[in-house]
Amino acid sequence: MGAIESIEAGPAARRAIPGTPVFDGDAAARGYALNAMCYSFNSAENRAAYQADEEAYFDRFNLTQEQREAVRARDVLKMIEAGGNIYYLAKLAGIYGLNVQDVGAQQTGMSVEAFRQMLLDAAHQQEEA
Amino acid sequence: MAQILGGVFTSHVPAIGGAIARGQEQDPYWSPFFDGFKPIHRWLATAKPDVAVVFYNDHGLNFFLDKMPTFAVGAAESYHNADEGWGLPVQKAFKGDAALSWHIIEGLVEDEFDITTCQSMLVDHALVVPFQLCWPGGGAWPVRVVPIAINTVQHPLPSPKRCLALGRAVGKALRSWQGDERIVVFGTGGLSHQLDGSRAGFINQRYDRFCMDNLGPAPDALTTISALDIVEEAGSQGIEIVNWIAARGALGEDVTELSRNYHIPISNTAAATMLLASEPTALEKAA
Repeated sequence: MGAIESIEAGPAARRAIPGTPVFDGDAAARGYALNAMCYSFNSAENRAAYQADEEAYFDRFNLTQEQREAVRARDVLKMIEAGGNIYYLAKLAGIYGLNVQDVGAQQTGMSVEAFRQMLLDAAHQQEEA
Repeated sequence: MAQILGGVFTSHVPAIGGAIARGQEQDPYWSPFFDGFKPIHRWLATAKPDVAVVFYNDHGLNFFLDKMPTFAVGAAESYHNADEGWGLPVQKAFKGDAALSWHIIEGLVEDEFDITTCQSMLVDHALVVPFQLCWPGGGAWPVRVVPIAINTVQHPLPSPKRCLALGRAVGKALRSWQGDERIVVFGTGGLSHQLDGSRAGFINQRYDRFCMDNLGPAPDALTTISALDIVEEAGSQGIEIVNWIAARGALGEDVTELSRNYHIPISNTAAATMLLASEPTALEKAA
């Protein structure tokens, strides 16, 4: 094991939690442009500019090709793979009128109705526990 | 001398702010959560705090990845809420207490916490929603605020043990403040929930109950595992329990649990609310 290999094996590689992205330094560096774009959506003016011309807005924030494709496809898991962090991505989702349950449904491959039901069912497990 | 009255611990799900904006507090979906604040309203009316020290996490309103402090203490004369991008109405501004903030900062650095200080700081739903829950009705906020933000966004996160120590150091600083402020401490966020990844929607009642059972009598029990262990137990955003842990630290050794509410689900979250009253220290009793 050389020093470079051990640097490449970052914290996320040392600790894998199934189905759970760990937003560490590697992800934060990889996702910087995408997250910066989403952070800009705190401003209504910026949200309007994005909606007026999405591709130009990608250019303005220098999104990578992978990030552009993930956003064009509205694919949250791919955005996360490209370094997106859910707190910033939620601002992008908001532009499309999607809440965290819509986003959760997409990531788990469920209908929104089924995702909501899963959460309601968790309450019954509470009673049985 | 200043007196620490107790701590309010609550989830801060943005959707709660949406429900308040739409006046849905008594709808069947929401009332099991909102009703948990009735004992807190009664306690606040009697305790009459004039300062709130709030441990919370910013979700990309004030802090971005360009500068991400592990612990940030507000030291402003006032704090503003702002557009977070997904439609919550912006709430009225909060009065700060800059003199008390700087006293806390002095104490923390003296105790070797290398914090970030913020003379300008936007506060997001994680501070605003708990205030709306505690003081509904839209009048002026009855307390000044000292916000203390803990990084729960970008790993590595501070350890739960360090967050408890931070809270204890804040409590020590508060107890050495010469003013006669009546202080309530807030810990916001949690409990178990996860917004991202294929495990989105994850809830863990066993772990949540462990946290609620131990928070008052044995807070160190919450700090025997790492931040990543908590992510595994409570979900990526369930890590917000570190705000509760820090707030608990500020309350001192002995507390009395006055109320507890636990309800699944609010949005993607196992929502919880607790009220712990601080027992006066020997010094306070003698005073």
